[in-house]
Amino acid sequence: MHPPLQDLYRIAPEIVLCVFGMLVMFLAPIVPKARHGVLSTIALIGAALSLVATRFPVVYYGVAYSGLIRADAFSLFVHWIVGGVAFLVIFGSTGYLKREDLDAGEFCALILFATAGMGVMAGAQELLTAFIGLEMSSIASYILASYRRDSPRSNEAAMKYFLLGSFATAFFLYGIALTYGATGTTHLDLMTQTGAQPVGTLLKMGLGLILVGLAFKVASAPFHLWAPDVYEGAPAPVTALLSTGPKAAAFALAMRILADVGAAGSVWFWALWVAAVFSMFVGNLGAIVQTSFKRMLAYSSIAHAGYILAALAAAAATDHPEAGIAAALFYLVSYALVKLGLFLIAAHLGGPGERHVDIEDFTGLAHRQPAVAACLSLFLLSLLGLPVTAGFLGKFYIFNADLDSNLIWLAVLLGLNSVIAAYYYLRVIVAMYMREPKQEIAAEPVPWTLSVVLWIAAVGTIYAGLFPARIISFAAKAALDIK
Amino acid sequence: MQQTFLLSVLTFLPVAGTLALLMLRSDDHVWLRRLALVTAVSEFAISLLLLRGFDSAATGYQFEEFHAWIPQPPIHYHLGIDGLSLFLVLLTTLLTPISILASWKSIDQRVKGFFICLLVLETGVIGVFVSLDLFLFFLFWEVMLIPMYFLIGIWGHERRIYAALKFVLYTMFGSILMLVAILWLYRLAAAAGYPTLDVAEIQGLLSNGTLTIPLRTEMYLFGAFFLAFAIKVPLIPFHTWLPDAHTEAPTAGSVMLAGVLLKMGTYGMLRFCLPLFPEAAHRFAPAIAVLAIVGIIYGALVAMVQVDLKRLVAYSSVSHLGFVVLGIFAFHALSIQGAVYQMLAHGISTGMLFLGVGMLYDRRHTHLIKEFGGLATPMPILAALYLFACFASAGLPLLNGFVGEFLILAGTFQKHAAWASWAALGVIFSAVYLLWSYQRVYFGEITQDKNSALPDASVRERSIMFLMAVIVLWMGIGSPFFTRRTEASAQNVLQLMQRPQAYNAGVIRNPEINNIDVNPVKSK
Repeated sequence: MHPPLQDLYRIAPEIVLCVFGMLVMFLAPIVPKARHGVLSTIALIGAALSLVATRFPVVYYGVAYSGLIRADAFSLFVHWIVGGVAFLVIFGSTGYLKREDLDAGEFCALILFATAGMGVMAGAQELLTAFIGLEMSSIASYILASYRRDSPRSNEAAMKYFLLGSFATAFFLYGIALTYGATGTTHLDLMTQTGAQPVGTLLKMGLGLILVGLAFKVASAPFHLWAPDVYEGAPAPVTALLSTGPKAAAFALAMRILADVGAAGSVWFWALWVAAVFSMFVGNLGAIVQTSFKRMLAYSSIAHAGYILAALAAAAATDHPEAGIAAALFYLVSYALVKLGLFLIAAHLGGPGERHVDIEDFTGLAHRQPAVAACLSLFLLSLLGLPVTAGFLGKFYIFNADLDSNLIWLAVLLGLNSVIAAYYYLRVIVAMYMREPKQEIAAEPVPWTLSVVLWIAAVGTIYAGLFPARIISFAAKAALDIK
Repeated sequence: MQQTFLLSVLTFLPVAGTLALLMLRSDDHVWLRRLALVTAVSEFAISLLLLRGFDSAATGYQFEEFHAWIPQPPIHYHLGIDGLSLFLVLLTTLLTPISILASWKSIDQRVKGFFICLLVLETGVIGVFVSLDLFLFFLFWEVMLIPMYFLIGIWGHERRIYAALKFVLYTMFGSILMLVAILWLYRLAAAAGYPTLDVAEIQGLLSNGTLTIPLRTEMYLFGAFFLAFAIKVPLIPFHTWLPDAHTEAPTAGSVMLAGVLLKMGTYGMLRFCLPLFPEAAHRFAPAIAVLAIVGIIYGALVAMVQVDLKRLVAYSSVSHLGFVVLGIFAFHALSIQGAVYQMLAHGISTGMLFLGVGMLYDRRHTHLIKEFGGLATPMPILAALYLFACFASAGLPLLNGFVGEFLILAGTFQKHAAWASWAALGVIFSAVYLLWSYQRVYFGEITQDKNSALPDASVRERSIMFLMAVIVLWMGIGSPFFTRRTEASAQNVLQLMQRPQAYNAGVIRNPEINNIDVNPVKSK
């Protein structure tokens, strides 16, 4: 039996991404290396079209392939995040690829495939489908992490990522098996019906292992150990992708499970609470002592995973997870915009071979490249959560969700952590604006592609910080639609 | 409600000025300075319109503006002022052009950035004073940190980076807890059926008994708000950021910091802590008063032994702001009015002291008292004007400091004679440390050759100091001009705190309130 046409419409963005990914792969050997810009352009068109293609699932909201995939406002929201991330990363990394003399073809294709996988994760309503999406995005990410083949650090990063990632995937798969054993189904929506019974040990273990797998993907403590090495070793544009897209997708899956499976909230709540607090402290305290900018950002993303987990904990604590989920979605948007911009800036400032990625190297940046320094400061202030930026409203909504669920201590701990975080974010600003450079590093002009991406990220950050109404109401709608 | 947009103009005109500054070339220092000054002066001129339209008899908010902004949670762009904030806004708009003038010559590096920071700071501070939505208030409260951080960190002195970080981290620590408290308050209002972050609305809900806060929660909320404000004021033991920030900041930064930023804390106490959480305020008042009195005396004693002139003035702020806090938490109409008045007086007189210290620094690049001595001989005019500032700060009758301290002490004495007696020690001490330091700097022999040929105050410096001196004198003699306009609002703060009696009078919707809330006024 052929699947009905609507089912194809509901996965239109993934189809577009895969088609364009394959197209780029086919063209890569044909196009001479000097003209690899063409491949990036095709990949960009693919990413943009995948965003356009989200129109189809909007028209055909509903379940596809007998309940494997669900197209709803929630999956749409996440599609927009991961699609936008893919677009901006491809766009912003063209200059980097040229400078480092790397193949654009495979790079872009892998990003598109990874994004397709993230899209599947966002829409999956069945655990094995989710697993396929997870693997698609993970395997592409492993290769991307090692993309600078001649760099030992890049290889080390990829190896670590691959080995630890495989463990996490195994946990995830085992969790699926146990959950299936407990409930007799892998369909999330069907599990709800069996959720009424007292939650058995088997289901608890299954859900717990699934959470472990996802916690690894979002780099939440105590499963964060890979993150600093991988984020530091991988090429900076890849890190820009790794720290945003897959994280959003994994959080999306966690949220879907949380909303669909009645038992998940009660089983996960304390785990989420503890993981949130643990991640915040590990991330922020770890970041304070870092000298490498990339590594500092890696620790900061662990902390930010903690903040989003705090929103998830708020969702898990009540029967009405909407507030928590909407807060997490909004935070993901603000976080993705900023993190992406920061890593792309790091890619540019690092210079050939990414040798200048220490915070020390940024001293006097305000003199050399005032615009880049201003952008960087804006992004850091958004991560820090100062008003007028999206990051502030993100935190605001998380606070709101936590207080809504009576998690006052969690909110207070989150608050304290943002003060700790202020220290190391401001340290970078100190270096850029308040210290004189020790040695002169020649200022490289910013490629126009990168400056476009930075403009988009900066304007987006301020827009979402001043006029969040659209985004937050969309997020609220997505959160309502998830069940 | 009559719609005006005066407050919006006041709040955002400086930002518009920064946009204009951005258009200028970075090395065109002359026009950068002029444009910044023009912006600040026109801002001040516009702010004078507030005086014309202000109705001093009204207790409510005036010049209100109200627009929907963010739907979820309902956040409004709600501005308005009353007698508490009127003069603080004017103080801000006055001190900004003066700061710009004071840094006319002394700032020659990154001039553009400096004036941009100063003007953004002005927007932030005015925003804090005119916001009537808790979210908006918090937004401005935090936004203002960044320009101040840059002002200290880039244009400050040797240990500027340490001081700047310390300033931001201290303030953020307090304010983030306040954010939690704001949202908690919002949840309470939402639970009562009125989801709102609007101060006036929450006030209304509290006054008519629709919203009741359990005592325990009220204590927590009060604590979170108060901590944020106490760090800003700063109240002992949260004051340690202040001497560093003041000492390391450039003159303009110190003037703004002492002149208006510290007042954000005491303003917050008056605007939020007292009216929203009266019961908790009453319970904490004795402890806070003790801290305030300790601050008054300790600040004065520490100021006395400083070897650094700027640090001395910084500690004198700790002492003087202690008076303000004491006046607020004495819960007497007179003392609260005195507190409002003292905020203004301190802004002017300490601003003047910092200007004088800054002028010495411009000449000698040091703040150490031992480097000076006998300066009255080479620079008689500056010496005279600085002496005036010392007198004002020490609270000499006929000058502005006297009125504030007198009102505070008179009001406090009627409620708690012991508090007032202890605090009065501070008045004596302040005369000691100010005059002693003056004597060491300006009188006696010229100990260093470098000092013998220092140029006296230039026309620019003279006019700044003279203008400030005139204001000091005017505030001292013509204090009714100010008190008449602050009186109604000061009374209103106490009125808003009278919640339990209103319940007793029969306005109660929920009779259980009496079991929850203990009536503090009756028990006295």
